[in-house]
Amino acid sequence: MIRFILRRLLQVIPVFLGTTLLVYYMVFALPGDPIAALFGDRQPPQAVIDTLRSQYHLDQPFWVQYGLFLKNLFTFNLGNDFTGQPIAASLARVFPVTAMLAIEALAIQAIFGVAFGVFAGLRRGGWFDSTVLVASLVVIAIPTFVLGFVFQLVFGVQLGWAKPTVGANANWVTLLLPAVVLGLVSFAYVLRLTRASVSENMNADYVRTATAKGLSRPRVVMAHILRNSLIPVVTYLGANLGGLMGGAIVTEGIFNVPGVGNKLYQAVLRSEGPTIVSIVSVLVLVFVVANLLVDLLYAWLDPRIRYDQ
Amino acid sequence: MTSNNSHFVAPIEETPLQATDAVKTDQAPLSLWVDAWRKLRRRPLFIISALLILALIVIALFPGLFTSTPPNEGCELSNSEGAPTAGHPFGFTFQGCDVYSRVIHGTQASLSVGLLSVLCVLVIGVTLGALAGYYGGWIDAVLARLGDIFFALPLVLGALVITQLPLFRENKSVWTVVFVISLLAWPQMARITRGAVIEVRNADFVTAARALGVSKFGALVRHVLPNALAPIIVLATLELGVFIVAEATLSFLGIGLPQSIMSWGNDIAGAQASIRTRPEIMLYPAAALSITVLSFIMLGDAVRDALDPKSRQR
Amino acid sequence: MTTPDVRIDEANTTGVRPLLEIRDLAITFKTGGGEVQAVRNAHLTIMPGETVAIVGESGSGKSTTALAAIGLLPNNGRVSGGQILLDGEDIAHATEQRMIELRGNTIGMVPQDPMSNLNPVWKIGYQVRETLRANGRPSGPDDIAKVLSQAGLPDAKRRANQYPHEFSGGMRQRALIAIGLSCQPRLLIADEPTSALDVTVQRQILDHLETMTNELGTSVLLITHDLGLAAERADKVVVMYQGRVVEAGPSLELLRNPQHPYTKRLVESAPSLASRRIQVAKEQGVETTDLLAPAAETAKSDAFLQIQDLRKVYKLRQGLGKATDFAAVDGVSFDVRRGTTTAIVGESGSGKSTVAKMVLQLEKPTEGRILFDGVDTSALKPAELFKFRRRVQPIFQDPYGSLDPMYNIFRTIEEPLRVHKIGDQASREKKVRTLLDQVALPQSAMQRYPNELSGGQRQRVAIARALALDPEVIICDEAVSALDVLVQAQVLNLLADLQANLGLTYLFITHDLAVVRQIADHVCVMEKGRLVETGSTDEVFESPQQEYTNALLNAIPGAKLMLPPEVA
Repeated sequence: MIRFILRRLLQVIPVFLGTTLLVYYMVFALPGDPIAALFGDRQPPQAVIDTLRSQYHLDQPFWVQYGLFLKNLFTFNLGNDFTGQPIAASLARVFPVTAMLAIEALAIQAIFGVAFGVFAGLRRGGWFDSTVLVASLVVIAIPTFVLGFVFQLVFGVQLGWAKPTVGANANWVTLLLPAVVLGLVSFAYVLRLTRASVSENMNADYVRTATAKGLSRPRVVMAHILRNSLIPVVTYLGANLGGLMGGAIVTEGIFNVPGVGNKLYQAVLRSEGPTIVSIVSVLVLVFVVANLLVDLLYAWLDPRIRYDQ
Repeated sequence: MTSNNSHFVAPIEETPLQATDAVKTDQAPLSLWVDAWRKLRRRPLFIISALLILALIVIALFPGLFTSTPPNEGCELSNSEGAPTAGHPFGFTFQGCDVYSRVIHGTQASLSVGLLSVLCVLVIGVTLGALAGYYGGWIDAVLARLGDIFFALPLVLGALVITQLPLFRENKSVWTVVFVISLLAWPQMARITRGAVIEVRNADFVTAARALGVSKFGALVRHVLPNALAPIIVLATLELGVFIVAEATLSFLGIGLPQSIMSWGNDIAGAQASIRTRPEIMLYPAAALSITVLSFIMLGDAVRDALDPKSRQR
Repeated sequence: MTTPDVRIDEANTTGVRPLLEIRDLAITFKTGGGEVQAVRNAHLTIMPGETVAIVGESGSGKSTTALAAIGLLPNNGRVSGGQILLDGEDIAHATEQRMIELRGNTIGMVPQDPMSNLNPVWKIGYQVRETLRANGRPSGPDDIAKVLSQAGLPDAKRRANQYPHEFSGGMRQRALIAIGLSCQPRLLIADEPTSALDVTVQRQILDHLETMTNELGTSVLLITHDLGLAAERADKVVVMYQGRVVEAGPSLELLRNPQHPYTKRLVESAPSLASRRIQVAKEQGVETTDLLAPAAETAKSDAFLQIQDLRKVYKLRQGLGKATDFAAVDGVSFDVRRGTTTAIVGESGSGKSTVAKMVLQLEKPTEGRILFDGVDTSALKPAELFKFRRRVQPIFQDPYGSLDPMYNIFRTIEEPLRVHKIGDQASREKKVRTLLDQVALPQSAMQRYPNELSGGQRQRVAIARALALDPEVIICDEAVSALDVLVQAQVLNLLADLQANLGLTYLFITHDLAVVRQIADHVCVMEKGRLVETGSTDEVFESPQQEYTNALLNAIPGAKLMLPPEVA
């Protein structure tokens, strides 16, 4: 098991380095004056340009620049944004909000996706299964930003069940509507994955053997069908956490949630290169770490993986 | 004689002996594709989605057949958020443009971005995935790590960074969007292809072909790839829908297609201004987008079922 | 000849009530094309403590009948007629609740495939414990260890804490037997319990199963495709064919005096029995040449194919950077003479298939030489290798895997001609037609796809493809192992005829000694990468020099049977 963890860790490092290198290279090393390019049409005062030059060590060779950038990233010394605010401080403010949103969305899709999926899978071909299957296709087909506006309009404005925008007071209750929107598409995927997994495992030989041993139906379902079916679902859910945090940008924009995505979008609108690179790098780190944890979880859930050399 | 020792023989006329292993000749020959096509034809999901897609393609190719209002013309601010009138069944946008005409003309951008991106992803993903899966070794290791790097960049995030490059900020077009999507989405296709190729590459029929004198690469092209095609086709159909959503999302965020190109994403972004007063302005392009995506997703689902090897007779 | 009805009356007069009695059982499956009757008028009787075997080919309804008795028919199947009487109680339509009470406690099951029948995510001990617990038996660690060790699993306490993937196939089957017998059921349904295992392991496990059920007084319903195995292990044999019971009776009586044409054919074809018959005949002084199918040609003494000190070493990775050598084939030498059949026999992991791959030039030997027609094959240039491929062709085991599902039969057989640029379109088509005739397939099969053909038909297509280039040597890697007995006999006859007509040389890789006896002139026995014994078939079978060869010979099902010799 320890060997497995070590091996996975060793594989994660090049991925993280490669991805940040790619991002960093695209922003800072392509032809043209990176600082000027960062600001587009709005040229900042010379003082800002000079600060950025030294902050990104643009007088140094590329590899040194990148190394120092990484060092800054890991020491959370991300520099200042346009308005002179430290990026690290504002990230520390917005990050928990997005984490809350993503976790709430994850919980919604885990609970409802698995429950619906198991129910549909156990009675494959029944009316519930058929209805849920078609409904899930429709959910997958509606883009998140369309869904966001529809939900905002219907539940926020017309029915008044929730506040249409979140604003400054982000908490579990106000984040519920955006979390539903954020989680809905993956909810459909979780449902379909669970259903497929359950209905495949139902026909597994070991399930028949378990029945032949004299186990009651509930025990067969719990210990043999569900336990085995949930392995791929749990790993999908885990991998999705990173995706949800990175994908929250649209949802946060629509509902005016003061999170990472919103911050990033503001930075894009204002063409603030340094902020974009910093935020994206942090999100990539989250994504990569989440995937690593999922792999370990997978190995823990499925004993066969641990010994696969 | 007790039951234990009795020797029972069934009446022979009731249990006639049949020729050992006779070839059944009562049905027409059935190739994998013919078989899949027959299954598809019977599925309502497939028929509905195929008809929708056909209609969409016609609209995309000949928008003039469906609206006499040319794109980007006849926008009058006096018509801003105007109600439907004769010849303008969906009313007018905030800018006073005809919503119906914009929806019709937006089809082309969505479909072409979707199709071109899928083509690019197929070329890159299938080539790299097949080489990695078939040859293994260092090619596989390098390609796997390369794929992981792009995989770690969620599409919207990656697109945000790439579109910040001066090169892309200046020249937005269908091609830049296709480039961004393909660059970020090929690893998924490569992974699926690699897995499918690995599953087939050790099959006895591949070994048999090698023993016949077929070259290693020849066996990949003639035997391995054709048999690895099913999951690739399914993913490609599903990704068509996903890429159309991606284009709309990027355009909605202002980093996709330029305003000069009519696209549903741009329309939805523009309709934000009227969301409280006239939400249906957003509803029409959103519905068009959702129906298009739904068609491709339904098609992918139907194709997946039809090509599922488990549903095939042995 | 008696009718079923009379039999039942007789059963009632004996005083002892049968444990299981199946009467007029009909089982129907709902499929896409309507209802299909899988079993009709099936009947059998098992007395307490008795072992009854159902024998039949795949699709005969033997497993379906057994599954009905434990209420485990697939969802689309149902009992559509007849009775299943367990100790007098009709359980054909019993409630699920009643079946749960009976399963484990009264009816146990040992399933077929040890690889897929244990849940991979639970420890073995857990899977035993839940069985004990569900049937209200003590389920402490000692009880679990006891159950496992009774099934012949050494070091049971420690083993109970391991996962299925840490067990070998034989050990898994022992664990499944332990589970099936853990609650001391009165009836055990054993569905091909050993068909996935090596012959020697198979024998051990069947012996152990027999001892255990004898001690417990358990009745056994044994499902098998092997008539020899059935006759050796069961008191009574029930033969099923196309969903019907065609013949039933005491094992030896049925073997000695088969009445139904299907049973007769089965008795003639079963390799284990044929092998046994040859042996009995030999003991009585009958000449072997009269019995063996392909008459061994008087030695053309030139060694056509010479294997010299062949060695193949694989690197096994052990964690980061470390690797150990594993010799899959270690110092193997033998000669194959032109026009003869040489068999390489061994169990899984013996390296026999690796030898075949190296002879086919699909793997490179680590050491040693392979001389073909006097030429060292390792020195072949690409163009020469291409020519070599015309002369040496393979036939593989899995009839479902050896044909490209995307190619129709014509393209499959034509491919070698096209690859080697032989003839034009018209002449190739003519050749394909001739080849189909040679392997006794109708020419109308040309446009069909592999998924429309049965296993035996696919194997004949594979033979036609191998013959397309007019090769001199054919390497058969377990070419008949996956086939039903009758089809197997048919394909073996075909191979023998082709050898006689075309003067082919066969290298026959197999785990099945019974088949070897029927077709081979020379035998090489391999164990763990080494050649342990080689000689003419008669020598090896009559006076095996090695312990291992002896064990293999004894493991042929039916070896204990007393059969009358029958000269073909």
